[in-house]
Amino acid sequence: MADTAIRFGFLALLAGLIAFFSVSAPGFLSPQSAVFIFQSVAITGILALGVTATLVVGGFDLSIGSVATSSMMAAAYAMVVLEQNALVAVLFCLAIGALVGLVNGIIIVYMRVPDLLATLGMMFLLVGLQRIPTEGRSIAAGMTMPDGSTAAGTFSPAFLALGRHRFDFFLPNLLPVSVVVLLVLALLIWFFLEYTRFGRMMYAVGSNERAAELAGAPVKAYKIWAYVISGIFASIGGILLAARLGRGDIASGNNLLLDAVAAALIGFAVLGAAKPNAFGTAIGALFVGVLLQGLTMMNAPYYTQDFVKGAVLVVALVFTFALSNRSRR
Amino acid sequence: MEATFRITGLRKAFGPIRVLNDVALDLCSGEVTVLMGANGAGKSTLVKIMSGVHRLDAGEMTLGGVRYHPASPAEAIRAGVVTVHQNINDGVVAALDVAANLTLDRLSGKGAPLFYNPRRVRREAKAVAARLDLDIDLGASIADLSLADRQMVAIARAMAHEPKVMILDEPTSSLSSAEANRLFAVIDRLRQHGVAILYITHRMSDIRRVADRIVSLRDGSISGVFETKPLDYEGAVNAMLGRAMHLVAVDVKEATHPVFEANDLRLSDQSRPFSMVLGAGEVVAVTGLVGVGKTLLAETLFGLRRPLAGTMRLRGEAYAPTSTAEAIEKGVFLVAKDRAESGIVGDFNIYKNISLPFLERFSRLGVSRRGAERAVAREQIDRLSIVCRSERDDMSTLSGGNQQKVMVARWMAQPASLFILDEPFQGVDIAARRDIASKLRASAAGRTTLLFLTELDEALETADRILVMSEHTIVGEHRNEGLDMDRLLAQVAGEPMRGAA
Repeated sequence: MADTAIRFGFLALLAGLIAFFSVSAPGFLSPQSAVFIFQSVAITGILALGVTATLVVGGFDLSIGSVATSSMMAAAYAMVVLEQNALVAVLFCLAIGALVGLVNGIIIVYMRVPDLLATLGMMFLLVGLQRIPTEGRSIAAGMTMPDGSTAAGTFSPAFLALGRHRFDFFLPNLLPVSVVVLLVLALLIWFFLEYTRFGRMMYAVGSNERAAELAGAPVKAYKIWAYVISGIFASIGGILLAARLGRGDIASGNNLLLDAVAAALIGFAVLGAAKPNAFGTAIGALFVGVLLQGLTMMNAPYYTQDFVKGAVLVVALVFTFALSNRSRR
Repeated sequence: MEATFRITGLRKAFGPIRVLNDVALDLCSGEVTVLMGANGAGKSTLVKIMSGVHRLDAGEMTLGGVRYHPASPAEAIRAGVVTVHQNINDGVVAALDVAANLTLDRLSGKGAPLFYNPRRVRREAKAVAARLDLDIDLGASIADLSLADRQMVAIARAMAHEPKVMILDEPTSSLSSAEANRLFAVIDRLRQHGVAILYITHRMSDIRRVADRIVSLRDGSISGVFETKPLDYEGAVNAMLGRAMHLVAVDVKEATHPVFEANDLRLSDQSRPFSMVLGAGEVVAVTGLVGVGKTLLAETLFGLRRPLAGTMRLRGEAYAPTSTAEAIEKGVFLVAKDRAESGIVGDFNIYKNISLPFLERFSRLGVSRRGAERAVAREQIDRLSIVCRSERDDMSTLSGGNQQKVMVARWMAQPASLFILDEPFQGVDIAARRDIASKLRASAAGRTTLLFLTELDEALETADRILVMSEHTIVGEHRNEGLDMDRLLAQVAGEPMRGAA
């Protein structure tokens, strides 16, 4: 009984929430509304899936938010200032994500800096670094450069399509690219972590590093790869953010880190896993999206949003650590 | 003598499972009563009831003739029943120095002064340390102390409560022999102070050294009390296991052909080089005291460290592994010491623990085949008679002996050339130990099985050949058949010896 409650409690809560909003907020139960929810959590969801990989190996990545915003600025810079096409901009961003992840991993694994501190430092560094090329300005087509000239490039239409194109799905123009990317990445990382031997070994590393090493696993490599995955996912989030905004906005993306981490931690409670898992992370992100969308449609003011997210996170953590541990004993 | 502490008719059940049945136990002042019992016999439950963690369901406990039913550990301590737990670090605060640890209970108790006065604390700590003749720097930080010293501090701290009864739960399980000897000296001193001691242990050597009486517990009932001197140790083991437990003579086998050779291997700076040849089909035990380099040798063979000098050959080819992965690839497997720390993956269930090192062989294109994993796990559960509901059980639901069987099963699932087990019988009850040993012997054909064992009894029960290690080198070799015990013991004790054969 208690086991069932722990296993399905959170999913039941999500179902109850959807039922409640469907009844009390007219228009909540529509494809458009559902797509809007997915769209609202797409970028944080992608970041959360990335950070899940680091949580699995027993680490943590605080730099994901700033990797995403750096990637957004880099995309804008590549196209507007360097006048490159969409493909180059995307590859540039992915390279930055992978590089940051690699550096994080090396600092943590080889220089033995604790993960929270290393990635906190990296976060700080990136927040500052992304402002240097433009001397703190946001990047948009036709902007004035520090030397007084005007930037000649523009956001390429192909790149903007990543943020604005919608696929037909039952209804015309329903699914935005970002939602498709989220679903594909969620499926990928879920399959990777649950069903491949690499994912299994990453869980082993996170649970008992010494045992994994004695079982022949290249523990250091797995850890570094986890940070590289996290970096690449964060940079994908940044690309989608840039495509959605159509500019490199230095003020955006403030909430990305906290929202993503919250989704991953809420995911611990899903299916009573009590450990990081991709499915839980996706549900966690969705849960926050549903709650916010429902409350917004019921006219809750925007400034209550963070409070609601925080409350959900605390409840989920209590659920995970207090309840599931008790039943296990 | 009148008993200081008396238990009569004690019963305890957890849900439908009866753990203790009509247990009666007397502890007398100034006596060490050893409590023996296999894993799951109910020892820890009994200790927890005595120390106020659990309540009893029925029965009576008296302390000094007065009814004693503690509702909490704090109440038990106030009444004078103090427990020193198996996990040494539970008894000390690592961030504080020795003096503060010794007086910790006074720092927080009622009537404790508001300000921390280092001089007063040092003075009180000195008095506490003096009672047990502790020779530890009071200013040292706990983190810098050896496990043995921490244990002494925990016991000394417990003594500060002026206990009438002290419970020592497997106190030597993480100590070396020399350290254990210091502990025994302290126990002698506690005895002189008139403390009634309940001493829980698996180790025969401990029992021989400290026991005044032996009480055997089996399946939740007292199955034997031994108090006439000389104590009947075999009888006590018998009572605990319910069958005759003499040292089982091994049917010694000869190696068929060499599998592994080491030539002039040197493990540390000062040690003498040694050579050895291990053959197919034989079980070889390397014995010696704690700290003589057994784990060092195991780790060298498994590619965790490089020898300082010398060469190794495996099945005729040069063998110099640079990683555990390479060692495993070449058929050298290690069941590492201390399963909780270096073996069990806590988040994984049984079958995932078993498949861990060979996941690649259970995978196609990187995707693991769970059906195959589970089939192999079921086979191993059967083969090693692991007690569990299914191969998907969590490791935490298994007893220590069964957890160790899973660790062995992990490596037995694949054919090995050199199968190394470092202290495989640590924290394993005797029945499970016999089980593991007989399975190791039964499957020994075709590979070399190399065991690292501190307990000589364990080596005598399992090996065809015994190598003795001392000071990071091998100092003796014996066939386990009419062997010269005196000579072997002398070699273990580190008597100067000529090189190993």
